[in-house]
Parts: sequence; structure tokens; C-alpha cells
Amino acid sequence: MTGATGYNFAYLDEQTKRMIRRAILKAVAIPGYQVPFGSREMPLPYGWGTGGIQVTAAVIGPDDRLKVIDQGADDTTNAVSIRRFFARTAGVATTERTTEATVIQTRHRIPETPLVEGQILVYQVPIPEPLRWLEPRETETRKMHALADYGAMHVKLYEDIARFGRIATTYDYPVLVNGRYLMRPSPIPKFDNPKMHMNPALQLFGAGREKRIYAVPPYTAVKSLDFEDHPFEVQRWDQACAICGSADSFLDEVVTDDRGGRMYVCSDTDHCTSQQTRKEAAE
Amino acid sequence: MTPLLKVTGLTRMYGNRVGCRDVSFELWPGEVMGIVGESGSGKTTLLSCLSARLEPTAGTVEYDTRAEGLQDIYAMGEPRRRLLMRTDWGIVHQNPRDGLRMGVSAGANVGERLMAVGARHYGEIRAQADEWLRKVEIDGDRIDDLPLTFSGGMLQRLQIARNLVTHPRLVFMDEPTGGLDVSVQARLLDLLRRLVTDLGLAAIVVTHDLAVARLLAHRLMVMRRGEVVETGLTDQVLDDPHHPYTQLLVSSVLQP
Amino acid sequence: MYVAVKGGETAIDNAHRLMAEERRGDPAVPELGLDQIMEQLGLAVDRVMTEGSIHDRELAALAIKQAQGDLVEAIFLLRAYRTTLPRFGGSEPIDTAAMAIRRRISAAFKDLPGGQVLGPTYDYTHRLLDFALAAGAEPEAAVRAGHPLAERMPRVADVLGQEGLIERNPPGNDEPPGDLTRQPLSLPAGRDLRLQNLARGDEGFLLALAYSSQRGYGNTHPFAGEIRLGAVAVEFVPEELGFPIEIGEITVTECQMVNQFKGSKEVPAQFTRGYGLSFGQSERKAMAMALVDRSLRAGELGEEAANPSQDEEFVLAHSDNVEASGFVQHLKLPHYVDFQSELELIRRLRAATPDRETAE
Repeated sequence: MTGATGYNFAYLDEQTKRMIRRAILKAVAIPGYQVPFGSREMPLPYGWGTGGIQVTAAVIGPDDRLKVIDQGADDTTNAVSIRRFFARTAGVATTERTTEATVIQTRHRIPETPLVEGQILVYQVPIPEPLRWLEPRETETRKMHALADYGAMHVKLYEDIARFGRIATTYDYPVLVNGRYLMRPSPIPKFDNPKMHMNPALQLFGAGREKRIYAVPPYTAVKSLDFEDHPFEVQRWDQACAICGSADSFLDEVVTDDRGGRMYVCSDTDHCTSQQTRKEAAE
Repeated sequence: MTPLLKVTGLTRMYGNRVGCRDVSFELWPGEVMGIVGESGSGKTTLLSCLSARLEPTAGTVEYDTRAEGLQDIYAMGEPRRRLLMRTDWGIVHQNPRDGLRMGVSAGANVGERLMAVGARHYGEIRAQADEWLRKVEIDGDRIDDLPLTFSGGMLQRLQIARNLVTHPRLVFMDEPTGGLDVSVQARLLDLLRRLVTDLGLAAIVVTHDLAVARLLAHRLMVMRRGEVVETGLTDQVLDDPHHPYTQLLVSSVLQP
Repeated sequence: MYVAVKGGETAIDNAHRLMAEERRGDPAVPELGLDQIMEQLGLAVDRVMTEGSIHDRELAALAIKQAQGDLVEAIFLLRAYRTTLPRFGGSEPIDTAAMAIRRRISAAFKDLPGGQVLGPTYDYTHRLLDFALAAGAEPEAAVRAGHPLAERMPRVADVLGQEGLIERNPPGNDEPPGDLTRQPLSLPAGRDLRLQNLARGDEGFLLALAYSSQRGYGNTHPFAGEIRLGAVAVEFVPEELGFPIEIGEITVTECQMVNQFKGSKEVPAQFTRGYGLSFGQSERKAMAMALVDRSLRAGELGEEAANPSQDEEFVLAHSDNVEASGFVQHLKLPHYVDFQSELELIRRLRAATPDRETAE
């Protein structure tokens, strides 16, 4: 026992962790399928990463090195809070470097630095059900998944093109996993969707409030829905990052004054720092 | 030749009350069968059982599937049944709102069945939606409008287009002209008759309106208290009814 | 040069310190003790125990103090603590017929065996702000009844049951009841899970749903058959003993709603039940729960179920205030990335369509 006294390693008791691991194993065995699990009430609020935290608590060990990001950044309030939670309850080492981390818990981004075999990426998921906006009933969506009855999902994309001339979904963009299950990638920008495809790392998704876990095992096909004549495409910027000069990363817009002044910087803070270091070393 | 639909001893009970009892018939490709009777006679229960939406208490409904010939639709399992319903079959509800997605455009309503069976080319889906809207006499420039802005007759025609886009072989219609003005009814009936003939569709049409039955149906089944009391060619049944109940039905219609 | 926002950690620490200071308030005012909360804010304690799913007055009082009196936050604290407690098993069903009654009223019968026992209640008070209370006046002593309460007070539902006028509770099976805190809710839920969900559910949400059912959105024709408040024994069967032993006593409020039912083809006309139970004295909660429980049985009883209070998926999925509060407030978390994506899309769409105002 390390960290906070009176609590088990990583807060949850061993029975609960075993239950979550069983759900994770099932999720890995059926890529993209949402496995119901007995989500516990955590000391952080629902919607703030309780699913991700439970998954991380179930897979993390004393030798792991944890990175937590929110919006790509290590120092946003919620990332700080979750990193501290594990530092306190599990006493594990933490890092801000993507390459050094064995477990990365994330909200809304996939790191720019490519992941490698052996790493685990844990996503925090607010709403796991991709069909939820078409069909509010769980009993019906379960049936639609069982029958791979996904035609209605394309109706939404069709409507986008008919109205806007393009698919107007920019984040939480639905994907088909391993050619079978329709899955929500959590509210990552669609910019990150291609990174999920055939990724060497294990990708786990935890939805605490909705009590579901799902997974994309390493090297699994993940296809973003689209039409043949309106293929999936990602956002691009005309600018490069104002700090590190990166031209291929996801950029946050920063308003610098009230006269329309703005600049663009990397949303992935670790990526930005390492690009800067590389640039300085080269100079 | 195999019948398209073969119904044997079909019975549906609601507790002790009879929905429909011991109905048997065969429907042939391209044939339009009318089911007539007063409200409460079991027409709609029968139609629901035939169209895989209400499990019968006894009896079988067999359909001539493209791959495997006659198959009991209630024995085949839900995945195949659902596929059948969105490819080979069409269902036209009395209230078009029950058969349409009111929140998405007319084009998407027509295109949905194509997408459900795997169409993934936006341009082609749209072209087919456009073609079908024109076939049911809806102006092409309404393709991106929501059905909410459509009149009752247009909604019904949109529902028909949505059903026919996958070229079904069998269409179930529940009072397709119910709730429409007389002039609108006439236009819709005309359209339906033309489509059924042009496409060689088989159809089962439930109606309490004998005029609709006469215009659309080749054959008629007259129902009373859940049972079929008379069947035969439409003109025969209507011009020379044998069963007293049919005679009553026919005589109660105002002659033009 | 621009430097991205840093220093989140320090800011968070300082925010928490500021919060602690605010909670303490003016240090010249004596600090609130848990005993004061337990004794003088007892109904708040009862609500936090009920929805927090732990019967422990002291923990509930601590949660209320720590949450500065924000009861939903206090419920959350208690729930999170609950997660860490080991589970020994389930108690025997409590026997509310054997309750040591403090209050017992029926709106269905004028008099009944054991009588109407008003007990402690605000029901008949005039809601006038009591300035004497502000001045710290001691309460007048309540006069005790000259004779003890009846030993057994039969439950109104049991009285009706003897005549077969009310549906029987379905016979219990040997299956242990489900537990939402261990297994995720799967739908359709059984009545055990539904009642557990409602017992933990937000009082305000259930109150509004119950109210809607009275205003025509799914009428259940209810009568408050009986509301009783008092102490009941909690018994537990330790595996090594094999027979029940009493492990303590808790106070609960039980509400049995009696609802008119015209009968169906299968079932003759009779009264039906809606059930509510809460820790401590929480009558509003127990009554609302009973009304919603009955509403949710619409489908089972063959009634038309078209209103929110009759929709199991809707009610059970949205009743929990810890879930609801977390998810509503998670909108405070940064959404820069998603917002950036939307911003980019809106700009692109606007660029693609010629400016309508100038074109027209």
C-alpha cells in the first residue's frame, strides 16, 4: 500500500478491479462491443472521467508510468486532478512524456507522438452509444448492434452533405471497428480518428456513468464512416504552431486581444515541447 | 410456379378474444389482394401478422425468399426477417408519419433503405431518391425539404417512394388512402394502380373502402369477426356477393 | 512571445484552500459540530443517508458539513465513500409491520386498528417565519399520550389484502435481489432494481415526476393508504451461524400508495400498490417514490404508457442526482478541442457559401 492511507492500491478493492478486468478482457475479445460493467461511484464526479479512472485503476500496476491529458494538455485542471489521484492512491510514477508513459489516460485527444506496442491508451467516454441520437432506447440500440443494423447512421451523414455539401461532424466521429461494431471514439476531433486504425497500442474506453467498457485491440482496423464520393477527411490548418512550428498537429486557437488578434498553438503540449527541443538542438 | 406468400391456418388471439382465426390463402407474384371488412373485423391484425410485425398464436406465413424458396417468416430469425422487411417488402402505413422519419429530408427518407442495404455512394443515392420522388409526382426541388412541410397526400406519396426504392416484390398497405380528401384519394389511387402495374408488384391492401378495393385489388377476402367469410375475384365478390355479410357490406355503399 | 497557459496545479491547490476558507466562514463564529448537524438538521441528514445509500448519521453529518450544506454534493461524498466499504452481504427484509411507530397516518380510512398517530410533523403548521426561533427560544415540551400505542398496528395494505381488494405482492423467489451498485442496470428492470433505483433517486426529480402523474400525465388514481415512520430491527444471517441475529435498529419512512385499478380481461377490478421507502423521516420522498413506482407498472398492468413517469428507460436512467450533477457540470471542463473543430467547420461552411446578405 502506497499513497493515501486507508485506501487500497489505486482506490478500488481487488474484487472490483478483477470485475473490471473481466469486462476489459471481454471488450478486447469483441472489438468495439460495449460491455456493461458494475461501475462504482468514484470520488470524482460522473462525466469527469470516472470510466477512464476505473479502467486505469484496473490495469495499472506499481511499475507503470502514467500520463494524463485533457484536450491534449498535461496541465489542464482535470488532467492534474486525475494524475494526482493516482499519484496519491497508487503511488505510481507519472510523466508528461508520451514516449515514457506505459498507461495514458486521455480526454478528447490522441497524442501526436505515435504510440507503440505495450502502451495502453485509456479514453474517458461521456456517451458510449453511437446510435443514441437516432434512437434513445437502450433496448432498441442493443438490437441494432446485434443485427449490425447501421443504415440509419448514414442517414445523418447524408443529411449533412445535402445541407452543407460536406459531412459536418467534426468530433466524436463514428467508426466501424474490425468491420463489425459501430463505435463512438469519444469526443476526440476527427483529426485523431486515423490514429486509431491499426494502432500498435491497446486502446481501452471507459464510460463510468453509462457503465460500459469497450476496446480496440492492437492492430485492429478502425474505419470512419463516409461515402465513396465524399470520403472521410480531417481538418487542416493554414497556419503552423506559433511556438514549435509544427505544421501537422492539431492546433488550438488562442485569442490574444479583443481586436481579432489570434494565434494557433499545438493542443498536444508534450508534442509541442519536444518539437521545440528538437528545433533548438538543430539550430 | 411457387406462390409468393403462403398462409396456413393463421390465428392470432388476444387473451380469449379473437384477432383473426384460421386464415389460409396463397398470393401469387404480381397479384393484388384486398382485405375488406368493417373496423374491428380483424383486417389490421391479419396484416400485422402477415408483415412480420405481430407473432401469430398459431399457423404459418411462408414467403418465397430469393435464395431459399418458401420460408416460414417467424422461424427464420430476426436478422433475416429485418433484411426481408427492408429489401423485398414494403409497408405503407395508414398514417404516413408512422412510416417516415419526420426529422430528416425527403431525400434521406427515400435513401435510407438504400443505405441500410449497403449503398455508400452519395451521388447515386441522391439520384435514385430524385428519380423516385418524380415517380410519385413530388417536385425534385423538394428533395432537401423536411416532410413536416408536406401536405397529407405528399406525405403518403413520399412514404410509397421510400418503400419502393429497393424494388420490393411485396407491399403491405394499411388503408393507404385513409384520412385523405376525396380528390387527393383519387390521385393517389391512380398513382398506386400505375406503380403496381408498371413494377409488377404483389400487394396486400387492407381497406374498409370498397371503392379502393375495386380499383386496386384483383382478388378480395371479406373478413368478419376475425374470420374470412368470402373470397373471390374482386368483380365477382362485389357484383355478386354470396355471403349475407358481404351483401350487407356491398349494399351499404352508396351507389354512384 | 506567447506562452501557453501553465500553472494549473498551483491554481487548483489555491482554489481548494479558498474553498476551505469559505466553508469555515467567519472564524469568530463558532464552528458547526457534527452533533449539531445530526441533532438540529436531522431531515437533511435523513435525505443524505437515503440518496447516499448509507445509513450512518455521523457520516452523513460530516458530508453535509464538508459540502457546506449542499445536499447533492453531500450525497456524492457519501456515495464515493460507500465504494470503498467491504460488502458482507444483504440483511433480511425489514418487517415494517413490527415497526416501533412514531407516526402513522392513513388517508384512506378515518380510523383503523391502532389509530392515526400524528407524531412529529410540519403538516399542520402555519408556515410563518418564527422569529422566536431566531432569538433562540427553547421549545415548549410536547405532551405525551396518557396511554401507550397499540402493540401491533396492521398495515393498511394488509387490511385490504384480507378481503382480496388489493393485489397480492408477488410471492418472493429465492433469488437474492439485484444490486445496482454492483451490476449495471439492464432493461427492462425487475421491480427490485426499480425500487432500489428510486430509493437512491433524486427527491426533486421523483417529486416532479409524481406531480406530473397527478396532473394528467399518466394518472394513477392514488390514495395515501398509509405512511408510517418508526424504528425497525435490521437482521442479518451470518454464514457461520445460519440464523438471523439483530444487528441494529434504523428509522425508516414507508409509504404504501393504494391505486384504483379497473381491472382487465385477466384480472378483476382491485386496488394496486405503489411502494416507497426512505431512511429516517423523508415523507415527501417516500410518497413521490410510491407514485412513480406505481406509474412505472403501467405496462405490466396493461395500461397505456405514454407519459414520462411511466417510461422505465427514461425514469431509471435519469433519476440519480450524482450521475446527473456530474454530467451536467462536466460542461465546465475544457472542450477546447471539440470547440476548435466546430469553429473550423463553421468558418469553412461560411466561406463556401457566398455571403447571403450581400448577394440578396
